[in-house]
Amino acid sequence: MAVLLVLAGCGGDVSTLDPAGPSATSIAMMWSVMLIGATFITIVVLSLLALGFRRSVVPRRIPESLWLGYGAIGIVSVALIALLIYGFLVGGGQRPIGGPATTIRATAQQWHWHFSYEARAPTGAVLVMPVGHPVTVEVTATDVIHGFWIPRLGGKVDAIPGHVNRLRLQADRPGRFVGLCAEFCGTGHRDHSFTAIALSPADWRAFMDGASLEALGHD
Amino acid sequence: MTEPLLDPRLQRDLDRIWSPEPGWRGVLTNVNHTDIGKRFMIAAVVYFSVAGLLAMLIRAQLASPRSAFVGPEIYGQIFTMHGTLMMFMFAIPMFEGLALYLLPKMLGSRDMAFPRIGAYGWWCYVFGGAMLLGSMLVGKAPDGGWFMYTPLSSRTYTPGINADIWLLGATFVEISAICAAVEIAVTVLKLRAPGMSLVRMPLFAWYMLATSLMMVFGFPPLILGSVLLEVERAFGWPFFDPTRGGDSLLWQHLFWLFGHPEVYIIFLPAAGVVSTILPVMARTRIVGYGWIVASIFALAILSFGLWVHHMFTVGIPHMALAFFSVASTLVAVPTAVQLFAWIATLWQGRPELKLPMLYLLGMFSVFVMGGLTGVMLAIVPFNWQAHDTAFVTAHLHYVLIGGFVFPILAGIVHWLPHVTGRARIPRLGEAAFWLIFLGFHATFLLMHLVGLMGMRRRIDTYDAAAGWTAINLLSSVGAFVMAFGFALFLADCVLQRVVNRRSGQSPWGGTTLEWATAVPPRSYNFASLPAVSSRDPLMDEPRMAVRLARGGGYLAATRYGWRETLGVDTTTGRILQIVVLPGSSALPILLAGATGSFFLFMLAGLYGLTPLSLVLVVAISWRWAWTTGSTSEHGELPAGLGSSVPPHFETQDTPGWWASIFTLSANGTFLASLIFGFAFLWVVAPGWPPPACLGPIGTETAIAILASTAGSASLAVARRMVQRGSLGNAIRLGAAAAAGMGVALVAVAAIAFGGTLPIVTDHAYAAVAAALLAYVAMHLALAALMLAYGTARIGTGYVSPRRSHELAIIGQWTHYATATTLLILVILFLAQSCR
Ligand code: HEM
Ligand SMILES: [Cu+2]
Ligand SMILES: [Cu+2]
Repeated sequence: MAVLLVLAGCGGDVSTLDPAGPSATSIAMMWSVMLIGATFITIVVLSLLALGFRRSVVPRRIPESLWLGYGAIGIVSVALIALLIYGFLVGGGQRPIGGPATTIRATAQQWHWHFSYEARAPTGAVLVMPVGHPVTVEVTATDVIHGFWIPRLGGKVDAIPGHVNRLRLQADRPGRFVGLCAEFCGTGHRDHSFTAIALSPADWRAFMDGASLEALGHD
Repeated sequence: MTEPLLDPRLQRDLDRIWSPEPGWRGVLTNVNHTDIGKRFMIAAVVYFSVAGLLAMLIRAQLASPRSAFVGPEIYGQIFTMHGTLMMFMFAIPMFEGLALYLLPKMLGSRDMAFPRIGAYGWWCYVFGGAMLLGSMLVGKAPDGGWFMYTPLSSRTYTPGINADIWLLGATFVEISAICAAVEIAVTVLKLRAPGMSLVRMPLFAWYMLATSLMMVFGFPPLILGSVLLEVERAFGWPFFDPTRGGDSLLWQHLFWLFGHPEVYIIFLPAAGVVSTILPVMARTRIVGYGWIVASIFALAILSFGLWVHHMFTVGIPHMALAFFSVASTLVAVPTAVQLFAWIATLWQGRPELKLPMLYLLGMFSVFVMGGLTGVMLAIVPFNWQAHDTAFVTAHLHYVLIGGFVFPILAGIVHWLPHVTGRARIPRLGEAAFWLIFLGFHATFLLMHLVGLMGMRRRIDTYDAAAGWTAINLLSSVGAFVMAFGFALFLADCVLQRVVNRRSGQSPWGGTTLEWATAVPPRSYNFASLPAVSSRDPLMDEPRMAVRLARGGGYLAATRYGWRETLGVDTTTGRILQIVVLPGSSALPILLAGATGSFFLFMLAGLYGLTPLSLVLVVAISWRWAWTTGSTSEHGELPAGLGSSVPPHFETQDTPGWWASIFTLSANGTFLASLIFGFAFLWVVAPGWPPPACLGPIGTETAIAILASTAGSASLAVARRMVQRGSLGNAIRLGAAAAAGMGVALVAVAAIAFGGTLPIVTDHAYAAVAAALLAYVAMHLALAALMLAYGTARIGTGYVSPRRSHELAIIGQWTHYATATTLLILVILFLAQSCR
């Protein structure tokens, strides 16, 4: 109950717990599952510990193999394998391969962002993407390492000079999202942010045909 | 109970032989492990306080939104120094100090295997720490974060000396750590009580053995990284610069190849403390000794296979991600084995809520949660969200404070009476515990949440609109409560030292040998050495301390003014030799000073003066080695209780031989990392192939390989001559071996300076090739020096058919030099076709 109350207050422009895309949604879901699991395990372990002090209720002699073989190795392995499989399922859905996707190039620099497109003029420090349609962001940097992260849409990927990293993202609803530089990049790191705008299909088509953001009512 | 009865004459003799010199001279020349151990721990506590103050500045700054307390420039220095001091200047030296203090006593020895190396490590730590602290005082502290990612830390983006301070200071301290590691490993393997076979060793010794081996293999990658980055910054050789064939990812691999094992290097000694104290507190024996030993080594090995989980966002191929994700979750298994063994021990025994136990319970509650968030972070998709946020900050403090600080506090409470001989003050410690424990959770529990709410790490402030204000305020309040708790803890320790009554021989009923020394211990630990026949010797013989003090054990007499202890067979614990240890000496501080001058010259940009430091280092090391051994033959000497064994320099399986093996392992890891770097850049880095390749080097390669092989061969023959007693021939052959190494060195120099090497500042290819050549050259020079030393020793009577263990060590290094010459030159030969 307390957990739910706390979670209810977890909105905000950059909260991963207020997801607005499939990737961020599945990870937020994953967090809830893991939080419940971890709370359960913590309680079990601490209870076992407390029982050690109640000598009247616990058996003195339990074989080592039961504690360590079945308990530590057996149960823990099963829990880990389950978690790993879950992780692979969620992660596999986020690989930047297959399917039609729009490609956007993101270039980071101390301390601004630059976004460009395959079939359209660049938009400076604003990333524009369609709603309900996956985009592949190709992330790179020109000076030091930065990090590309739109918390409400999905995970982050590093912007590394000399390398291009790909990230698959999708927005489920139109609107503005805050993007942040996640990797420490010097004194301007804190404010090294950008805006992502998700456009409705009609607006997106117009945008790709060359309409400016102002013309579409997003300035 | 008071001081046990003594044999007064034996005690007087031992005091005379083992006591440090009086006054200031003693401070500088003392090599005694008890004193050096205490110094390490006290200094570590000082650094903890400094780093803790910095943490308070961080929390003061983050307590409220848009705080104007410090700006981003200062904030960068503060969190970098906080992390760096905590990891390098507090955690590692703290457990090194504990190990130095405890191990010989637990193992039943009078000192560590290499007392002077321990002292050298101490002075390196002092000088390296002074560099870091000094930089903070003048406002030029490192500011790139504790993992110093390039290119941010390269000359272009950090032009000041801030980054140099980090690189040089940290390297200096790591040298100290590797020294300690070698010393600890050898002590555990060789200097145990007779009868203490491996399976009877106290668990703490197992933990420290694993830890020290991990340091031997874990630190070289970072030392290499630091050296390369410093060379890039100082001389412009590109290793990490992506515009010239370098790659910043190489730095990350090298750093985390060290950095992840590092976390376990910090955790294992603390777990060793838990495994030692917990059974005492529960008045029983540990459950699952064998399981625990197996899980220690499982952890040690696994921890080298998961460094990439710090790099899940750098664009690693999917299959590799899966592999490292599995490996990272897998470490939870051996960790769980230990946790369950501890709980089982509690169930089996009759635990009491004494103060050390409170801290152990604190450890459980904090560390388990840290482990669980660790497993979460090992799951790749979640990691992509949580990476670089306050979630990670919270996780790492749960692990480090739960897995290290709480056990260490338990250890301090447990062993302080041993150090001071005094009882603790009731209730003060309990109050400190609750402040620390509650303050800790208040600081870090909700920090997980604020991280998932998008608060990145390493930001100096935030907007109220973000909705993080309440949690951050709570964190800051919690941090100050915790700080107050630590202050109270410290006050308790100091008060105990100065005001309280004596504690008696064994306040907790501990069963390991450290409680068989006098309390507080004397400089020689045991007036006579114990033999053991089980894992809990004091359970078998509670009054052992008295018997040993009366001279009822081994080596209950002195001779020649030697500092003697026993060397045993590594596995069985059978007595092999009397190890003669060096006494007080100014050499450690002199050598540390010479090493330090090298780093200072680098820092000041006085590169031309660095050869001077090298000459000094060589000269002092030569002198150092020369003071060991003997020019006369002793044969079997009585060791007490009817046994007779030779002094160690008349045997083969010596501590020095083992130390040399471990040092070479560290050295080999360093080289392997460099070769890995070459391959990595070749395959992964942008900007390859290089503009120019190495010219033809066939002739030089052939000469170098032939000459060094001939050198190795003549050394082998020289050793055979020594066995036969024909020392004159051995000297001639030794000189020939040195000459062979010299010729090889000239051939390598011809490659480096003969115009075949492309310009080193142009491309990483040439830079790495030059680094490899420098490595070979250094080792050939070193081998030649050692061979010269060896022949000089034969010539002055230190070597005889019986006293030839030094030549075995020189042999290791000579053959190593030959092998690396072959390996590296073949690699370069193949790398000639680079386009
Ligand atoms: C005494 C209580 C402590 C408090 C209140 C505290 C607080 C903090 C905070 C708030 C940060 C995050 C700074 C930022 O990202 O903006 C931090 C970073 C860090 N802390 Fe602590 N800390 C404490 C103790 C420790 C200890 C005992 C260790 C290790 C043994 C440690 C190791 C680190 C490291 C490695 C970092 C990362 C530094 C970086 O990002 O470069 N801390 N600490
Ligand atoms: Cu940035
Ligand atoms: Cu940044």
